[in-house]
Amino acid sequence: MAATSFTAAKFLAPVAARSGGERAPPLPAGASSSSFARAMRRGGAHHPRLRTALAVSSDVLAGNKAQAAAANPAVTREEALELYEDMVLGRVFEDMCAQMYYRGKMFGFVHLYNGQEAVSTGFIKYLNQADCVVSTYRDHVHALSKGVPARSVMAELFGKATGCCRGQGGSMHMFSAPHNLLGGFAFIGEGIPVATGAAFAAKYRHEVLKQSGPDGLDVTVAFFGDGTCNNGQFFECLNMAQLWKLPIIFVVENNLWAIGMSHLRATSDPEIFKKGPAFGMPGVHVDGMDVLKVREVAKEAIDRARRGEGPTLVECETYRFRGHSLADPDELRKPGKDYFPVSFYFFASLVKFLVLTRLSGEMENGIKASLAKFVAMLKMASNIVLMKTDEKSHYAARDPITALKKYIIEENLATESELKSIEKKIEDVVEEAVEFADASPHPPRSQLLENVFADPKGFGIGPDGKYRCEDPKFTQGTAQV
Amino acid sequence: MKLDPTVCVFGEDVGHYGGSYKVTKGLADMFGDLRVLDTPIAENSFTGMGVGAGMKGLRPVVEGMNMGFLLLAYNQISNNCGMLHYTSGGQFKIPVVIRGPGGVGRQLGAEHSQRLESYFQSIPGLQMVACSTPYNAKGLMKAAIRSENPVVLFEHVLLYNLKEKIPDEEYVLCLEEAEMVRPGEHVTILTYSRMRYHVMQAAKTLVDKGYDPEVIDIRSLKPFDLHTIGNSIKKTHRVLIVEECMRTGGIGASLRSAIIDNFWDYLDAPIMCLSSQDVPTPYASTLEDATVVQPAQIVAAVEQICQ
Repeated sequence: MAATSFTAAKFLAPVAARSGGERAPPLPAGASSSSFARAMRRGGAHHPRLRTALAVSSDVLAGNKAQAAAANPAVTREEALELYEDMVLGRVFEDMCAQMYYRGKMFGFVHLYNGQEAVSTGFIKYLNQADCVVSTYRDHVHALSKGVPARSVMAELFGKATGCCRGQGGSMHMFSAPHNLLGGFAFIGEGIPVATGAAFAAKYRHEVLKQSGPDGLDVTVAFFGDGTCNNGQFFECLNMAQLWKLPIIFVVENNLWAIGMSHLRATSDPEIFKKGPAFGMPGVHVDGMDVLKVREVAKEAIDRARRGEGPTLVECETYRFRGHSLADPDELRKPGKDYFPVSFYFFASLVKFLVLTRLSGEMENGIKASLAKFVAMLKMASNIVLMKTDEKSHYAARDPITALKKYIIEENLATESELKSIEKKIEDVVEEAVEFADASPHPPRSQLLENVFADPKGFGIGPDGKYRCEDPKFTQGTAQV
Repeated sequence: MKLDPTVCVFGEDVGHYGGSYKVTKGLADMFGDLRVLDTPIAENSFTGMGVGAGMKGLRPVVEGMNMGFLLLAYNQISNNCGMLHYTSGGQFKIPVVIRGPGGVGRQLGAEHSQRLESYFQSIPGLQMVACSTPYNAKGLMKAAIRSENPVVLFEHVLLYNLKEKIPDEEYVLCLEEAEMVRPGEHVTILTYSRMRYHVMQAAKTLVDKGYDPEVIDIRSLKPFDLHTIGNSIKKTHRVLIVEECMRTGGIGASLRSAIIDNFWDYLDAPIMCLSSQDVPTPYASTLEDATVVQPAQIVAAVEQICQ
């Protein structure tokens, strides 16, 4: 039952590829200080014969907590507040969705993102408008981070005509052409090829159409979960993206659960980031509950892609605080169930044991001391055996919003009251979004046939020789097609 | 591809190999490896790439080396090609062309002899056309590439060797229209793709026997051109459908249904539909011939309808 992502083993494994590979260009000076960037400089860029692809563990994985804490990169006040506001927007919005769902304003399958905000904010806030984002059914917060107004997303969730997809897509199909949000997909994995195609189009624009942006290639970020990493489309696209050095970042939001299927029960080798080097691209693991760390890795991966150096696979260790969807009773993740061998109860027991033995060491009676020791050992053993770890508490303690708030205050980037005013502002935005969605009209019948085809001649020619779409009833949504 | 630099081709062996049936021969030399992209064997993913590229302004032509391989791409064809324009509220268009050879060949075995038009026809948002002559192949291909809709263009393995003089200049055919092959008075024969040739062969025999069949190549498998078809039925009052799809759930089944809905009052006889047997296409030539419709059956069917 080893949760291998959390062993303390230190590993940084360069995977030597075939010989005769091309020389990778050196990174420009001033690259970021993330462990990923450092590893790339150390091992990735300077072997003329071997093309090495790296599997890079995060500092959290390496068990180096002190270094992890110190490694938080400098961030400006503006950046920190932007990140904070975006994460708070994601959280408040999703909480409102839950409320609205249970009040019967939202229907069907709704998948909330609570707890994973650092991944969305960390990546998307570093992108430009022209960069593309592709997501899954857990897409509300990706839409918000990419700039889709909260009222458009809320109206879409309410199924109203003012929604970003005119009410036709729903929770799992958020699209926005102006913001380059290419969906919102219900089947896991089916968005990854679409993202690969968008990245291909960016390379094509640069090489064939000779249209180049000033910063380099437009980048595509594909978000998907741990369950998707066992799906064929994932592997097929890793291959093609690396083959053609497409400007894409594959971001795995590993929250350990695919509905009720634990990642460890579904995956032969649960370390997803190590699968990148199998295809020749770097694979990076990052603490997905820490927005600053995610942002560091994101910068590196996005800049690489923009320079034309190809794709990166990033595995973010994250967690969803709520169930898979609002319909999920979430019974498998109840407290008391065994999932982690490493728990703070273990350490607490250990501390208790140490304290007891230390105290009893000063005591007069050796037998009493041994007894106390024995009781403590039993307790420790029982904790391991019964695994009283609470996965949810473990991750709740790592809430990305709380962590960033703490960081901002400790680094004096802003005051408590400034943060509170951001929170208030966001609450107002979300309230307004609900009011807007409530007041918006349902789509009229006339909308039924409108967007089936981009060219409605696709409905064909009717018996009278006219195109079906020329029938006046077509715009009423009642034509025979 | 010369006229519009956003037109590109994806598929297995389309580039350096020139295409498994040489449809893209020479294009990689002219346009380069990115515009004529040799893909790895990953139909679902490269079809999805076509969708994503289409959403971002390119016009990909995706080839299934054999149409049957596109069964692997069903997820992308159904969910993304067909439905994405709708679920995005009209924000993104998918102007892809998906094409390739299908149909029953000469002893290619069951899996290389499939008729995918019957599986794709229910997908909303998709148009399907089948070419049958060099002339309509060029015109329909151009129309499909120009269309803003996702179009599946069915070619046939046995028709690549046809030779015909066709105009050098540009011409674009209408995707939604059927083609009048042979005007007649006694019976409307509706067909498409390779079966057109079996029908025309049968027509020679029928003419000798004194019949005057009207032969229409429906070309547009989805949507049906009910105007051309309807006008014919109003004239002849008798319909025979000859197709290569299986009897169950094929194009013929849908066409029969559409005719009954729209032209019931004009019929003097029940609609007959000759389809392939609901049998995996056998390798042995005698058995294979027995699974598809042969000219003799067409002659017999016309004689029966016209009694």
